[in-house]
Amino acid sequence: MDKVVDLKEAIKDIRDGDTLMIGGFMANGAPEKLIDALIDHGVKDITLISTDTGLVTTGSGKLIARKLIKKLYASHIGTNKETGRQMNEGETEVILVPQGTLAERIRAGGYGLGGFLTETGVGTLVEEGKQKITVDGVEYLLETPLKADYALIHAAKADRNGNLVYRGSTNNFSNVMASAAKVTIVEADEVVENGDLDPNTVHTPGVFVNRVVDGGALNG
Amino acid sequence: MDKHEVQEFIAKRVAKELEDGSIVNLGIGLPTKVANYIPDDVEVLFQSENGFVGLGPSQTEDTYDPDIVNAGGQPVTIKPGGAFFDSAVSFGIIRGGHVDLTVLGALQVDEKGNIANYMIPGKLVPGMGGAMDLLNGAKKVIVAMQHTAKGNHKILKECNLPLTAQGAVDTIITEMGVIKVTTEGLLLTEINPEFTIEQVQEATEAKLYVDKELKKMKA
Repeated sequence: MDKVVDLKEAIKDIRDGDTLMIGGFMANGAPEKLIDALIDHGVKDITLISTDTGLVTTGSGKLIARKLIKKLYASHIGTNKETGRQMNEGETEVILVPQGTLAERIRAGGYGLGGFLTETGVGTLVEEGKQKITVDGVEYLLETPLKADYALIHAAKADRNGNLVYRGSTNNFSNVMASAAKVTIVEADEVVENGDLDPNTVHTPGVFVNRVVDGGALNG
Repeated sequence: MDKHEVQEFIAKRVAKELEDGSIVNLGIGLPTKVANYIPDDVEVLFQSENGFVGLGPSQTEDTYDPDIVNAGGQPVTIKPGGAFFDSAVSFGIIRGGHVDLTVLGALQVDEKGNIANYMIPGKLVPGMGGAMDLLNGAKKVIVAMQHTAKGNHKILKECNLPLTAQGAVDTIITEMGVIKVTTEGLLLTEINPEFTIEQVQEATEAKLYVDKELKKMKA
């Protein structure tokens, strides 16, 4: 199987109003080339799921800066002033989700779970509108799964089957996001042949990956 | 003490709470400074909630690596024996009670151990990041902060800003003293000799109970 496609091909069917998950933490591990290509492609009214909105010039923050996002799920927006402005002006709906809850809601979405129970958020604004369930005397919030039409993520290496290896702290949300989207698109710094990655060291199995873009080749 | 000295003083005192062999998560700002004062005979493993344990010092020219940042997005290093993982694993570590101690700053703390540190409605709404998970999941929570904010009380009978977590705080460490949250209320266990008990109480809205064995606070 060969999942390697060129950059334009990889994102060409993303449409207005789609839900996107975008990996990266403060843009560390963000698929910058996929994001730039998406901006060139031209989409709007996107629902974005991303742990933060980076800066106005990095990561998923670039989509915010161009006013392409209608609704945002994030744990932290403080580093991108434009996100706060759009929220305060009512231009973008922002749903703040605790970071661990965000990761687990995405994991639930990708792993066929109907949700999960967590103490995080009990007694805070986060519990509003959520079902509370008591197990063995402990009160939990029922948090529901998150899914997306597309996940845009970055990896250090990918093979043609879409098996992925990350470097450093760049994995962050990418591994769970890969599982939770109908179509997962990877920007890899290096694409290698099947067999070149040691199966013992694969972080994300290619079953979760649909398309791979050779980001390293784009550097020329 | 000026603001900088106050912060260093608090960070030094917090560092004494670190136990050998423990897993510790430090929040952004003042709590980050605690790492500079770990006693020589204590070895701790710092967790960075964006996905690793073994958080080391900031990068230098020699250790430059664009793929490693801390939870504030700053370039850092990983120490030998550290490990990287994804965010679901990272917060499994946090929620699952595998972090022994977290040190966080706060806008407000109250006598029930409630804490508000993530938003001021209408003014400042940066988001909670990983703070809610850390407050609920870490075995011990220390709030490290200046005792008051521009003369206004921060240690209250009841927080009036949106809570980050309820009943989560174990200990409050400020430039004035060390305060433990107990079921009976706030217990002053150490006092900075520069202040009297009356001065500490005056700077605290909640009632302070004074430990029978009140100690002098040393940084």
